[in-house]
Amino acid sequence: MVAGMRAPAVTLNNLTVSYRQHPALHHLSGNFAGGSLTAVVGPNGAGKSTLLKSIAGLLPLPGGALLTPIPRNRMAYLPQLAEIDRSFPIDVRDCVLLGHWGTSGAWGAVTPAMRQGVDAALQAVGLQGFGYRNVGSLSSGQLQRVLFARVLVQDAELILLDEPFNAVDSKTTAALLALVQQWHGQQRTIIAVLHDDTLVRQHFPQTVLLARELVGWGPTDQTLTEPNLRRARAMAEAWDEAAERCDIDTPTPPLNAQKVAT
Amino acid sequence: MMDIAASLWDTGFAPFSEFAFMRRALVATLALSLSAAPLGVFLTLRRMSLLGDALSHAVLPGVAMGFMLSGLSLTAMALGGVLAGMLVAGIAGLVTRFTALKEDASLAAIYLVALALGVMLISGHGTQLDLLHILFGSALGVDTAGLLMVASVATLSVLLLAAMYRGLVLESFDPVFLGAAGRRGWLWQQGFLMLVVINLVAGFQTLGTLMAVGLMMLPAVSARLWHDTLPAQLVNASVQAMLSSVAGLLLSYHLDTPSGPTIIGCAGALYFTSLLVAPGGWLPRWWTTTHRVA
Repeated sequence: MVAGMRAPAVTLNNLTVSYRQHPALHHLSGNFAGGSLTAVVGPNGAGKSTLLKSIAGLLPLPGGALLTPIPRNRMAYLPQLAEIDRSFPIDVRDCVLLGHWGTSGAWGAVTPAMRQGVDAALQAVGLQGFGYRNVGSLSSGQLQRVLFARVLVQDAELILLDEPFNAVDSKTTAALLALVQQWHGQQRTIIAVLHDDTLVRQHFPQTVLLARELVGWGPTDQTLTEPNLRRARAMAEAWDEAAERCDIDTPTPPLNAQKVAT
Repeated sequence: MMDIAASLWDTGFAPFSEFAFMRRALVATLALSLSAAPLGVFLTLRRMSLLGDALSHAVLPGVAMGFMLSGLSLTAMALGGVLAGMLVAGIAGLVTRFTALKEDASLAAIYLVALALGVMLISGHGTQLDLLHILFGSALGVDTAGLLMVASVATLSVLLLAAMYRGLVLESFDPVFLGAAGRRGWLWQQGFLMLVVINLVAGFQTLGTLMAVGLMMLPAVSARLWHDTLPAQLVNASVQAMLSSVAGLLLSYHLDTPSGPTIIGCAGALYFTSLLVAPGGWLPRWWTTTHRVA
C-alpha cells in the first residue's frame, strides 16, 4: 500500500464469529488502514453485517482478536433500517441531536452550538425544514438521510455503514455518496456493506470480499474480479448441518498487503 | 344559584373536607398518578404494555413473605414486594442478556413461577380476605405511614425518571445505537424496571397490586391517542390519571363501591372517550375528509 498511510484503524487477527457453532465469519485476518474507504461485499449470508457488528462491539467477544485504537464514542454505526422503532414519538431534530450521546452522555448540556450543528447537518442531507416532523412521518429514504445527519453530528473517526443505500432513490444515493466522499476527504475511516458492484467500483478504493471466509481484500479493481466473485458465490452456498469441528488455530496470513503495525 | 353551589360542594368537596381518610386517599392516588402514569407511557412505547401486569404478579410472593413474617405491617409487605419485584426483573434481565430468550419470554416464565410461589405462601398462611386485600387494596384504608411511603416513592420516581429521561428515550427508540456507544445500555432498562416495581408496590396498598397497574397503563394508553410528542403524552397521562383518581374516589364515596376498581373504571371511561374523540381515535377519521395541497 502507498507509503504514508496511517496506522490501522481496525485490525482483525484470526477473527471467528459463530452463531450456534456455525461460523458466520471464519478466520478473518487483515486490517483497515486509518483514513481508508472500504466496501464490504459478498453474497447473502456471507457475514458482512456480522463483521460490522463485531467492529461496533455489538456481539459477544468473538474468537481471535479484533483490535482498534478508536474508543467506542468515536465510532458511528449505522445499522440496517429495520432496527429502529419508527413509531416512537420523537422529532427529527431530537433524533439527530442524539448523535451527541457519545460525548454528552445522559446528562450533558445541549448547547446552542449543538442545535446549530443539527440544523447544519439536516441542511447537508437536504432535509431543511423537516426538523419538527415526527420520525414516523418520514419515508424510508428520508429516515436514512436523518440517520446520515446523525452520523454527521457524531463526528466519528470510524464510520460503519450497513447497506446505507437500500430503499434510497438514485438522487439521494448520490447526495449521500457525496457525504461519504467528504468524510473520506476528512481522513475518517469508513467501512460500508454494499450490494451494488458498480457503485463499489466507482466510489470505493478498497474492497473486502467475504463469503464467511475472506475471498479477497485490497484495491477494488484487484478484488472484485470475476474469478473471485465466482469463488465467493460457491463458498456461500456450502452449508453443512453436520460439518466437522474446525481445528485451525494458526491465523491465515492477511490478504491485504499492508503489514500489521506492531 | 346558591342551591347549585351547595350541591356542588356536597358532591365534590364535602367528602374530602369532612373525612381525613378521604383526604389521605386523594393525596395518595394523586401522587401515584404523577409518578406511575408516565412510566406507563414508556412501557407502551417499548411495546411492554403487559409487563406492568406481569411485574405486579411478581411482587406477590414478596408481599406474602412480608405478611407471614410480620403480619399486616405495611413496611414489611412493601419491602418484601420491592425485593421480589426487583429479583424477578433482575433475573429476567440476566436471562435475556445471557441466553437466546427475548425479554418478554424470560419475564413471562419467571413471573409465573413467582406468582405460583406467592399464591402458595398466602393460601398456606393467611385467609381469603388477606389475598383479596393484597390483590385489590383499599384506598380508603391508607394511614399516615402508607401515605408517607406513597409520597416518597412518587417523589423519588419522578426525580429518577427525569434523570433517566434521555437514556430511556434513546434506549426505547434506537437500542442498537445505544449498544454501539457502550456496553452498559442494559442498565437503563433495569433502572426503568426498578422504577416500575417501586411504583407498583407503592400502589398495592392504595389500589391493590392488580389495580395499581390500571392507574399506570390505562391513562398512558389513552394519552398516546392525544399527542404526537413524548412530553405531551407524559403530561396527558398524569392528568388523566389524576382526573380518574378524583372522580373515582367521589363515585366510590357516593355509590358505596370499592375505591380501587372505581378509580380504574373512571380511567377506563376516559380511555373509551379518547378512543372516540382523540386525534388518533376513531371519530376524527370521519370528520377530517379534506387535505392540504402539500
